[in-house]
Amino acid sequence: MKTKLQNKIALNIIRIIAALVVVILLFLLGDILISGVPHISWHFLTSASQSFESGGGIGIQLFNSVYLLLLTLIISFPISLGAGIFLSEYAPKNLFTSIVRMAIEVLSSLPSVVVGLFGFLLFVVQFQMGFSILSGAIALTFFNLPLLTRNIEESLRAVPNLQREAGMSLGLSKWRTVTRVILPEALPGIITGVVLGAGRVFGEAAALIYTAGQSATNIDFGNWNPFNATSPLNLMRPAETLAVHIWKINSEGVMPDASAVSAGASAVLIIVVLLFNIFARIVGNSLYRKLTATK
Amino acid sequence: MDEFITTNDVHLYYGEKEALKGINLSFPAKGINALIGPSGCGKSTYLRILNRMNDLIPQATMTGSVKINGVDIYSPKTDTVDLRKKVGMVFQQPNPFPFSIYENVTYGLRIAGIKDKQVLDERVERSLKQAAVWDEVKDDLHKSALSLSGGQQQRVCIARVLAVQPDVILLDEPTSALDPVSSGLIEDMLLTIRDRYTIIIVTHNLQQASRISDRTAFFLNGELIEAGKTKSVFLNPQHQETDDYISGRFG
Repeated sequence: MKTKLQNKIALNIIRIIAALVVVILLFLLGDILISGVPHISWHFLTSASQSFESGGGIGIQLFNSVYLLLLTLIISFPISLGAGIFLSEYAPKNLFTSIVRMAIEVLSSLPSVVVGLFGFLLFVVQFQMGFSILSGAIALTFFNLPLLTRNIEESLRAVPNLQREAGMSLGLSKWRTVTRVILPEALPGIITGVVLGAGRVFGEAAALIYTAGQSATNIDFGNWNPFNATSPLNLMRPAETLAVHIWKINSEGVMPDASAVSAGASAVLIIVVLLFNIFARIVGNSLYRKLTATK
Repeated sequence: MDEFITTNDVHLYYGEKEALKGINLSFPAKGINALIGPSGCGKSTYLRILNRMNDLIPQATMTGSVKINGVDIYSPKTDTVDLRKKVGMVFQQPNPFPFSIYENVTYGLRIAGIKDKQVLDERVERSLKQAAVWDEVKDDLHKSALSLSGGQQQRVCIARVLAVQPDVILLDEPTSALDPVSSGLIEDMLLTIRDRYTIIIVTHNLQQASRISDRTAFFLNGELIEAGKTKSVFLNPQHQETDDYISGRFG
């Protein structure tokens, strides 16, 4: 009787904790969305922000966030793919491998504000890149690299060894077994990880304040020459992102509708991150079904 | 006997443990050879020596010589990729790639650079027919191989090996994860291709060994106890251990 009771109590405590997590999440989401969504309009999403007057939007910040995210992925994905393949398929058990692993662990536990300050000192100041999208993208790469590498390594590891043996026994070289058999099988997991990581990068502020900068210069969406200073694609222009914008409004915003803009921007940020999560699930599942055709 | 595969004084160590203690064994070209013995006797390890799959285990070291068709496959000049094209392998668990049946069977060929659709189609049909699974899958070759039953998957895996036209086919307990009907299909299929390939099959199923194999080798504790024509090994064993094992007194 006593063990039964214990079991019941333990189970209920665990249930309450799990429910608590859901409640906290729903409360947070609800609060942000209820106060923010009414401020979202087409005008809000597309127009430039205002420093002193009300009626400013977040158009440029939204574009900057997306552009910065794409750049970060373009830089960090190939590097972490290589590192992930090395760690999962090739790395021998030796000192070098454990140093690499430890480096990744340390890198992933660095506070993002430290990464930002490091990027500021090295890229912005030392390499004279200034507050720029490129500096921001490199800082975010540092931030994203360890997560992505570990995700790729784990996705590859999850592919059963039988598949490696099957490939090798058919006369595929190790490299071909990895790229033609193991990698396609791991792809759904990798894509899911990339998209989830993208959500984190999208919401990152601390690493960007000192690298991509806190000002959204006016950009001309009719000018797509990347070497032109007002072009949206220009790599060297300062680019305040959505998350940085929220932080800035709340710390030093003087526009009359600061709280409304902040609430609206927060809601947009949350919605985008949620979309990333849902998107990751859908893409991961459908890719898996497509590859394995288990309908 | 015309020897196609010869192994001389083969020792294999997993770290400190000696898994094979000096195996001298040879196989003629064509026909089915069964390797039998209790679990852990070294028969699977021995099988994996023949296409160098043991190379993949970092702490395994091997001494002795293995010649296939007169070529020392452990010489530094051997390209393991080429070797494994000539010496195909089927595993205990069916392990098709998570792609379509067609892609599974053509995988080795396309990697080898064959792109002609007609050649590929032809080879797919022939291999699947040889593996006795054609009639069951011919209408949906572009369905995922994972959607098939275990027995069908295993036959697709065999077709995948046959497609690259090896000389030798190694089978590591290919039917132990399958139901009796599927096992029977695979046994019948092996009998139809015995004239074209040198087949070496590891099996726990003594009836299977006696039904399909031409020659049998009995392993015990990393040693080869007895090898010869299946009939004589089963009906007239020369060693007490063999007699005890095949009559079910241990193992």
